[in-house]
Amino acid sequence: MSVALIRLAALAGVALIASTAEARDLTIVSFGGAYQDAQREVYFAPFTEATGAAVTEDSYNGGIGVLRARAEGPPSWDVVQVETDELILGCEEGVLVPLDWSVLGEDNFLPSAVHECGVGTIVWATVMGYDADRFPDDPPSTWADFFDVEAYPGMRGLRRGPRGALEFALMADGVPVGEVYEVLATEDGIDQAFAKLDTIKDNLILWEAGAQPPQLLAAGDVVMTSAYNGRITAANENEGRNFVIPWEAGFVYAVDYWTIMANSDQQEAAMDFILFASDPDQQKLLPPHIPYGPTHVDAAGLVDPDVLPNIPTAPQNLPTGLFFDEDFWVDRYESLNERFSAWAAQ
Amino acid sequence: MAQATLSGDGTAVPAGPMISADGVPLKVSLARAERRKRLTAFFLVVPLLLFILVTFIVPIGDMAFNSVRNPEVVTYLPRTAEAIRTWEDMDELPGEPVYAALVADLQAGSGTPAIGRVGARLNYEQSGMRSAMQRAGRAANRLEPPFKEALIEHDPTWGQVQTWRVIDRESSPYTLSYFISALDLTYGPDGRIVQVAPEQRIYVELFIRTFWLSIIITSLTLLLGFPIAFLMAHQPARIANLLMILVLLPFWTSLLVRTSSWIVMLQQQGVLNDLMVLTGVLSDASRIQMVYNQTGTIVAMTHILLPFMVLPLYSVMKTIPPSYMRAARSLGANQWTAFWRVYVPQTTAGIGAGGVLVFIISIGYYITPALVGGQTGQMISNFIAFHMQRSLNWGLAAALGTILLFAVILLYYLYNRIIGVDRLKLG
Repeated sequence: MSVALIRLAALAGVALIASTAEARDLTIVSFGGAYQDAQREVYFAPFTEATGAAVTEDSYNGGIGVLRARAEGPPSWDVVQVETDELILGCEEGVLVPLDWSVLGEDNFLPSAVHECGVGTIVWATVMGYDADRFPDDPPSTWADFFDVEAYPGMRGLRRGPRGALEFALMADGVPVGEVYEVLATEDGIDQAFAKLDTIKDNLILWEAGAQPPQLLAAGDVVMTSAYNGRITAANENEGRNFVIPWEAGFVYAVDYWTIMANSDQQEAAMDFILFASDPDQQKLLPPHIPYGPTHVDAAGLVDPDVLPNIPTAPQNLPTGLFFDEDFWVDRYESLNERFSAWAAQ
Repeated sequence: MAQATLSGDGTAVPAGPMISADGVPLKVSLARAERRKRLTAFFLVVPLLLFILVTFIVPIGDMAFNSVRNPEVVTYLPRTAEAIRTWEDMDELPGEPVYAALVADLQAGSGTPAIGRVGARLNYEQSGMRSAMQRAGRAANRLEPPFKEALIEHDPTWGQVQTWRVIDRESSPYTLSYFISALDLTYGPDGRIVQVAPEQRIYVELFIRTFWLSIIITSLTLLLGFPIAFLMAHQPARIANLLMILVLLPFWTSLLVRTSSWIVMLQQQGVLNDLMVLTGVLSDASRIQMVYNQTGTIVAMTHILLPFMVLPLYSVMKTIPPSYMRAARSLGANQWTAFWRVYVPQTTAGIGAGGVLVFIISIGYYITPALVGGQTGQMISNFIAFHMQRSLNWGLAAALGTILLFAVILLYYLYNRIIGVDRLKLG
């Protein structure tokens, strides 16, 4: 009797598992937090409403390791948002599938948002930020000012590691934005960047987490710092700070992409979602929630004019931006990071 | 065979081994009982042994093994690995067969993870190899023989002897490259092992710094912990318990909370600096940077590891009878001599235990230096984590970890030789 019952329960369990496996919802994976909350409102919920397709969410902290592990297991993730380094490695290793660009249309997106295996969804930037209350007159407006401790005494903040720091050092040294990576590709260029960093070494605090720069600015630990643009705007809006981003000084921007896992068994639904989320009418809704720029060329014109000055892809901001060259960095990161660490520790 | 002989008065006296009631020699029977007991005891600890084997020995062995494993070139470029063995004159480029083998491998690997993985592996040895492999992989199907000319024309990287030396060197399934990198060494252009350029040297310095910081932190915990333990051991129970709670309370508090509190205390606009500015010790412009540097790491780690020193010391001091000190005093020693010559030597077991505990824990410490260490307060574990999580160079992370592991084992061995592990007393 009881054995029969157990058998029945086991059978029911197997049937249940089998049926859920069959009817697995489209699983979309992003970076969590306030950002994914905004995405839910702008993309996930409207997608379900428009198509009737249920969406399951998951989040992760990025990293090619996770994607590799997922790719080797049974299908679990379908659409995944990735940063550029994961996009490049994932595409090369066959973890991510090439997208059908004939439907997306290459010309519809910023050149930096177009990649074999991914379509850009947001543009985020590493910018200079300062507290306007500390500079009532003559605030810093260039990276040269950032590196000028005589004219602007006080501590500076930069993200730990060579990414961004070397680009900004060269911009401060007068290298035009468009030639930064050309110079950086030579040994002399790298020496030049480190020599420039030497000039502020005694005034430098290196931050690690994106939440730190606004805190450092607010606490007065630094007078200016590199920061993620979204964090600066959030500090102004949520904490009433008076932080300023001098966009004209130059900034480095990167793109996060929608991608599809190679082992997904819902390639079509995944592509449907990506098409939906890449629509300018959908993309324009994100910046009011969180100040990241849209990637569709038509979307910038549709964004609420109040928030436009805060996003990297605004027409007035984009010209001074430098697209973060992940190809360069994937090749050189390890050796440059060793050099940066050795430099910083001395 | 007779087991017993008759004596004069006719009673049987065992001449051979003693026999138990059931006729089995006593020695055998005893041994059997002992063996059964040992087996029972063994089976009782089997779960623990298995647990240790699965969660400790195997992962550590695997980690250590990762530091020499080198499967990428052999697995993903099998033809090239085979063909390059025939390459003899290493000052000249290899011949056409090697180039043809590479192109064949690239063609076979297109659309699979192969080229990506092998490119990432070779990139650790020489920056730029990843993208060179990718470019060649994309072009492989379009190349026409002779492949040597075609590849070199496609990308001059393939016309450099250095490129082929790297492939040749990494074409065996095991490598020492990760250990060589972990010691700030590299292969020179002539294939000999040399030091890397001064501005790239980092790990040796980090190992030295890690050990040096650990020594400082261990000494500080001893300096601070000894008086506390002494006080606790020699106060009435009521006060001793209160002190014990004061020691244990931070011990029970989350590590992150304690570390963050130190940031609040020590930062430039923090509590300590504010107090000093308020009392006029410092001017507002000369606030001291006490966190995000080595000072921060030392202060926070000393505080966090203090209980590991206090508790063994206390447990040892509790067992020292007060009569020894009184005897020393009555025999004419002054307070200091009695303390230094009679009391302190009896605490060495506690000092040793606390010292080894604190030192070994701090050598592998990770989260606190990451949060308060800035650049100058980073330790080797932070770079192991970096290579695990960011650069994904697990081989190098494994090599650094293995070196650290052997350094600790060596220290433990030295400790055992000099002081003796049996004198450790953890309470």
